[in-house]
Amino acid sequence: MTTDKPLTQHINQDKPLAMPEYIDVGGYRSVDKILQQMSAQDVQDVVKDSGLKGRGGAGFPTAMKWSFVPKFEDTDPRSGDDKYLICNADEMEPGTFKDRWLLEGVPHQLIEAMIIASYAIGANKAFIFLRGEYHLAAKRLQQALDEAYQQGYLGDNIRNSGYQLDLYLHTSAGRYICGEETALINALEGQRANPRAKPPFPQVSGLFGKPTIVNNVETLCNLPHIINHGADWFKQLSNNDDAGTKIYSVSGRVQRPGLWELPMGITVRELLYQRAGGLSPGLNLKGFLPGGASTDFLTVEHLDLVLGYDEVSAAGSRLGTGGIIVLDDQNCPVAMVLNLLKFFAQESCGFCTPCRDGTAWAVDALTRIEQGQGSQQDLDNLHKLCDFMWLGKTHCALAPGAVEPLQSALKYFHDDFEQHIDKGCCPYSGHH
Amino acid sequence: MSLATNLPRVGEGNINLVQLSYRDYLSVEEINAIEHEVAILGQRQAAGIEAMKLVQKNRGWISDDCLYAVADLLQMPASQLEGIATFYNLIYRQPVGRYVIHLCDSISCHLTGFAQVSEAIKEYLGIDYGETTSDGMFTLLTNACLGSCDKAPAMMIGEDHFEHLTPQSATDILRQLCAENDKDELNLRE
Repeated sequence: MTTDKPLTQHINQDKPLAMPEYIDVGGYRSVDKILQQMSAQDVQDVVKDSGLKGRGGAGFPTAMKWSFVPKFEDTDPRSGDDKYLICNADEMEPGTFKDRWLLEGVPHQLIEAMIIASYAIGANKAFIFLRGEYHLAAKRLQQALDEAYQQGYLGDNIRNSGYQLDLYLHTSAGRYICGEETALINALEGQRANPRAKPPFPQVSGLFGKPTIVNNVETLCNLPHIINHGADWFKQLSNNDDAGTKIYSVSGRVQRPGLWELPMGITVRELLYQRAGGLSPGLNLKGFLPGGASTDFLTVEHLDLVLGYDEVSAAGSRLGTGGIIVLDDQNCPVAMVLNLLKFFAQESCGFCTPCRDGTAWAVDALTRIEQGQGSQQDLDNLHKLCDFMWLGKTHCALAPGAVEPLQSALKYFHDDFEQHIDKGCCPYSGHH
Repeated sequence: MSLATNLPRVGEGNINLVQLSYRDYLSVEEINAIEHEVAILGQRQAAGIEAMKLVQKNRGWISDDCLYAVADLLQMPASQLEGIATFYNLIYRQPVGRYVIHLCDSISCHLTGFAQVSEAIKEYLGIDYGETTSDGMFTLLTNACLGSCDKAPAMMIGEDHFEHLTPQSATDILRQLCAENDKDELNLRE
């Protein structure tokens, strides 16, 4: 029996399935299938056919990422070299809480998925890089890992297949930039977690200089279902060209904030009104960030936009994490952008000047405007900063991620910025 | 756990700096736990974060002595470990109160009432962010997105997460912690 909610069908937030129960509902069957019937290349091929794209925000095809890991012939002296799989569970994008649901609600699904991904790239060692604040997830994952070792699904000679995998949980200590994959690798090596210059890409030279794949929690959790039900089944789950389902979320002042696993490619309107119940009483929609803090604002005119990677890009934003953050008409857009930029300024690693100084300058200018002490010069400088901090001028994508909500707010909420400057106060201050 | 507090400290009124061994500052249990992390990662300095989290769990914060000791154990420069310690929001390089409050100040909480909850907590405790109450009970800090966006506003105290906060519920939680603490102390005295 198949389901249209493969990722979340077995979620139990209060008491996740223990290993025997998880196996009873079909869990770990995909591991037995690949170990008995499939080569590593077979696994890569079916994932490629499925069209699975990375759910961490970038939407890069998963199998293509894997394909960059060097494949050595057995006779090659490098064939015995280590390779690593890392699960990026450093979920810290403001307005994003989907991975937490999967980690807390069905931890065994991630372990099952990581065995598949490790096998596909030929890794014998893997890590879950979990953010330090997710204490419940850490407890449940460690318990699930212990069970998987006891039952012979991790460790030496898994299920008598000769395949070996050691999987460890690493908990971080709170820093947004660790979610950037090269910064994450530095963090795991015990270095200060600044991102690395690329190339070399981690697929070739990652953790301890060895080939390394970093995949997001939600991305990985799709794998058992693709193995069990096939690429065609996975593709038919979606409403658009992106395959599979997506865990969408809505936060802000709406009637029913929350998380839903839905076909990839639903519309904003369906998510915002049918699922989240629309705005809270007395409020109207002013705008929204479609995929976390580092995506461009969209507005009321985008309600019929399809939430797929290409569709949202064409509208001038990004699907990102699928975490919609709603701005209502009684919350100040300038204050919202100020809050976002404060976050990016705090979390900038400080390595490159455009990001370290640019995010701080933006906070200064936005603070002045929000407090009614801003000038046209501040507004001009904000526009300039959007250029100074854009892609190609910074060491990594953090500063461009900060620019996205800023540049789009300047575009869509231009009148609000002007009013703050003209009136010398925040026109929303009576409301919040 | 033994803390050798009577030993001379590095740089304390003595130009002949005495570099002490990690064994003088870290307990056997701490050393063993850190060595376990080293074995998993395969490289000594890779265990830096785990080591500091372990030590902080026992002692509340990372003092200079602890920093030097962990760096010594991991055979890395203390300056490099300091670069890591100060990088993370959850490593405390100053003494903190018994309860560290991390109030989420990210966007979903901002949109749903962070400011009011923040004011109520500050007023109740009589401190601002980065400060500790004079009785040593509470330290107040912010935190980047706690992942409770659909149940905002949210805060984390130690390993406990609290959601759907209002000014009233937030201060009630703090009042409750104070009451529990008083009860603990009463039990100790009896």
